[in-house]
Amino acid sequence: MIEFLKRLFGQSGSSTTAKERLRLVLMTDHLELAPELIEAMKRDLVDVISRYVEVDRDKIEVNFERQDSALAMLANIPILSVNRPSASLTLVPVESVQPPTAANGAPPNGASPRVRKRRKRAAKKAAGTNAATASAATPASAAAN
Amino acid sequence: MVLVDADVGLRNLDIVLGLESRVKHHLLDVLEERVSLDEALVPGKHSESLFLLAAAQSREKDDVETAKMKALISSLRERFDYVLIDCPAGIELGFRNAVAGADEAIVICTPEVAAVRDVDRVVGLLGNRFRPQLVINRLRPNLVKKGKMLSVEDVNAILRLPLLGVIADEPEIIVTTNRGEPLALRKDTPTGAAYHAIAARVAGEDVPAPMPPLAKVTILERVGSLLGGRRA
Repeated sequence: MIEFLKRLFGQSGSSTTAKERLRLVLMTDHLELAPELIEAMKRDLVDVISRYVEVDRDKIEVNFERQDSALAMLANIPILSVNRPSASLTLVPVESVQPPTAANGAPPNGASPRVRKRRKRAAKKAAGTNAATASAATPASAAAN
Repeated sequence: MVLVDADVGLRNLDIVLGLESRVKHHLLDVLEERVSLDEALVPGKHSESLFLLAAAQSREKDDVETAKMKALISSLRERFDYVLIDCPAGIELGFRNAVAGADEAIVICTPEVAAVRDVDRVVGLLGNRFRPQLVINRLRPNLVKKGKMLSVEDVNAILRLPLLGVIADEPEIIVTTNRGEPLALRKDTPTGAAYHAIAARVAGEDVPAPMPPLAKVTILERVGSLLGGRRA
């Protein structure tokens, strides 16, 4: 009887379900068909996170999972070391760590001598061993290594 | 114009056009140079300007060489204003052969989840060489109105292609196909008019794509569907 009344007074049609299923299935399809996109995203993601903590690049896992009515990206990124909290106050953006900027001589207004000193150390470190970890350009991360 | 049935192994355009008794040679006879193109072209029953090149029935899609298919399409291009290639289903060699000589693509999609997904994939495979146009086939306006079928807008919100036309799921299509007399020829019917509009738009005419009208449902049918109809 309820079914009869539902039909009589109209219920939300199955086309809404169809639309929702299509939306999800196509997102999954498009991701599956563009592995290079996922690789690029993984790289960028790690680059950003590496500014703050040191991560194990070889053990990173990025997966996509259907969760009810949504698609979720699940990333498992093992962290090797975390900077001392005090250091986070004077984090230097990655771009300014590049040797040309450091060797530029004339620092932009407002840049304190302390920051400049750190830049030099970071640049030295980048030139030395591991360029990848140079993005976390603080003395703390240098000490952690 | 010429219609090339590229669905090798599953010949069917001859049936649809009522030309099955006139087909003597086929696509592979031409590609493998057993007969000339003129011998293989079947003149249409209903139109003097339409010719059919039938698919081979006893062969397979893998028997067709892409380069030869491409060469055939270019020689047809010199003789006809339009060369319409009916592409087989699938994304294998048959699809690649059909697409090889083409410079425009029309994708046909029914308003169903599986079909939209397939079309999305095919459009991806067609790549940047084409800007495919979309025909939505077998739409049932009454179901769309009830929210039980994806609408033209729903489909194209996902596919985002230029809409060439919409064909209704019309029982009359089955009846006319049974007889081998395409409904497309009957311009006086809404579906026939929709086909004509598609043809005109392909030819570059600035005519709108008509939307299929709602089918009239009698009170008896309505009561019947309420009592016996399954919940969609």
